[in-house]
Amino acid sequence: MRFRAKMIDIGCFNHFTRVVNTISKLTKTCTLRLTTDKLYFILSDKVANGGVSMWCELSQGNFFDEFQLEGVSTEHNEIYMDLAAENLFRALKTAHNAKSLKIKLTNKHCPCITLAVELPSLSRVSRVVTHDIPVGVIPKKLWNDFKEPSVPDFDVSIYLPPLKTMKNVVERMKNLSNFLVLEANLNGEMNLKIETDLVSVTTHFKDLGNPSWGDNGSQDSTQDRDPETMMDVKVDIRKLLQFLAGQQVNPSKVICNIVNKRIVHFILLHEDVSLQYFIPAHA
Amino acid sequence: MRCVVATSNVKVLGKAVHSLSRIGDELYFEPLSSGLALRCVNSSRSAYGCFLFTPLFFQHYDSGAPPGGLEDSGFRCKMGMKSVQTVFKSLSSLDKTVEKCEIDLNPGGNRLVFQLHCKYGITKTHNLSFQESESLQPVFQKDGYANVLRAQPRLLADTVVHFPPSLEEVNVTVSGERVQFRNHLEDEQDASKMMLTEMSLDADEFESFQVREETGITFCLKELRGLLSFAESSGLPLSMYFDQPGRPVVFGLDDPVLEVNFVLATLSDEETTTHRERNRSRPPQADTSHDDFLSDDMDSYMIAMETSAVGGAEAQPCSTGSDQRRERESDTAACSTRSDHRREREPVTAACSSGSKQQRGRESESEEEEEEELPGTPPQKRFRSLFFGSVLSPYSQGANQTLRNQEVLAEASDSDPEEQEEETAKK
Repeated sequence: MRFRAKMIDIGCFNHFTRVVNTISKLTKTCTLRLTTDKLYFILSDKVANGGVSMWCELSQGNFFDEFQLEGVSTEHNEIYMDLAAENLFRALKTAHNAKSLKIKLTNKHCPCITLAVELPSLSRVSRVVTHDIPVGVIPKKLWNDFKEPSVPDFDVSIYLPPLKTMKNVVERMKNLSNFLVLEANLNGEMNLKIETDLVSVTTHFKDLGNPSWGDNGSQDSTQDRDPETMMDVKVDIRKLLQFLAGQQVNPSKVICNIVNKRIVHFILLHEDVSLQYFIPAHA
Repeated sequence: MRCVVATSNVKVLGKAVHSLSRIGDELYFEPLSSGLALRCVNSSRSAYGCFLFTPLFFQHYDSGAPPGGLEDSGFRCKMGMKSVQTVFKSLSSLDKTVEKCEIDLNPGGNRLVFQLHCKYGITKTHNLSFQESESLQPVFQKDGYANVLRAQPRLLADTVVHFPPSLEEVNVTVSGERVQFRNHLEDEQDASKMMLTEMSLDADEFESFQVREETGITFCLKELRGLLSFAESSGLPLSMYFDQPGRPVVFGLDDPVLEVNFVLATLSDEETTTHRERNRSRPPQADTSHDDFLSDDMDSYMIAMETSAVGGAEAQPCSTGSDQRRERESDTAACSTRSDHRREREPVTAACSSGSKQQRGRESESEEEEEEELPGTPPQKRFRSLFFGSVLSPYSQGANQTLRNQEVLAEASDSDPEEQEEETAKK
């Protein structure tokens, strides 16, 4: 099993760092899956996460100049490992003016992802900073736990309002209630509602736009429905806020799919990085 | 006693106070004939900082000493660090608004008055209470050190930024042409969970790189950061004096008007050796320029993992911590020395003091007094007061006997006359 990659473009560093920063804000530990052409940051929906799951996919070609991977076997040319995204972010953070960044899978006192950052220096010899981030290699028989989630059979699909605005609203609501109802319809309208014994607050968003999914089966079924009907899901407000506050990458559009009373699914697309986040409804 | 500090120097004084505040809670204030000394020491006495402002720094300097320049005024005190910090609270506004700072002892002799004369006729007066105190006199000789590195503070600041702000201890190793900074793992921390960072610098980056002894020392980074921020703003080159582990490391800044010294204790030999054993599986980083696959070999690890899985045990390194430990124990030899090290922890205090005796080789007294209390003593704070003697647990700090047997680097000047004679005889 071997993995070595090299990055030399400053723009790539910064972009990669921002992606890792977002991941580190969404979850403490996640699974990194490496294939010959993609990197995936995966959080599978365990009870420990409160059922939240995440799938982030990047094309390695957009970031790395060199990328060599030898997976567990030739038929399964992939590597899965657990790591603390925060460590990776910390290591990348100080590499913003690096000359080059090399990432390797190594086996020191334990399996590690080693980042070797070459920095400009005052002398002819560059400064080298190495970070050894311990990882847990995941054996092949557990790979089924980390399958790509399928897009759910949603009832409504809508574009979110600007994340910053939405984050500010949800942040204020967090002080009043632990749960928030997110509802939307096919007319580009979305409401965020909280309700307690003392107060209920609703924020209305209009003209958001609904993405068209083309041949998607669920699209047909919704066409019969009245576009004004609201589909809603009640979620833990902190999970929603974690998702909104964690965004370091500014995506052009964020799609929100709601399965009535069951789950909300967010999809962000930004320059060949796609991030999907699922929050289940509160029981 | 009266000092007057003019305009831009007020900010320097404020920065010095803030820098010392990273070390401890009490500021020792001592006007000497050679200048005003501001000192601080931390509670475990393993870090000491001193800013000596020569008379040239001041617009007016009167230490209160009798004329003749031979004696000191004898006035020395300590004040709460927070109170002094309040005087120099906002550094940027100090720069813009303060024209003069006067420091006087009030007529009653019970308050130290800091008066800031600001623009627009505003005067801010702070009356700080103080406590008469002993003089904090560390004993260290910068000439006696084998290794001296000098560099622009920017270099060290750039190095330190790669380590997390929470990092307590850093290990610095020099060899020939390179110096390496590595984060030091505490014994209790699990090496398989901690991120290890290492930075190496070439000798060329330093203004002066004198290494007579290839060695590695470990000290607390937190206390140094205060000095680094001061040094960066001053632009003065920072010198680092050190040699064997166990011997304190001295950081100094030199200027015609100001002399700064920070002395930090370092981990002793025993603790650093076991750590090095633990790290033996980490290959040296000096050859990162070569592309070598030696440390990339995951195959042996995979084999070990598969065989333990086949054996029936659920080898899931990603799930529980206990499984992970089992995995690790089947790995390299380095892991097993770690558990040994843990066992060593209890009697380490006894080992330390005897070890340190060998290192110092000056004590003639018996070891009995220390060994009475050491076995069974819970593991001490990491940086045993290497500074003011060897192992000093909180309850033994008052025990003068222990002090007598060890080399005291900084003594209380109001200790017993007999003890003082012995100390001076030993020096």
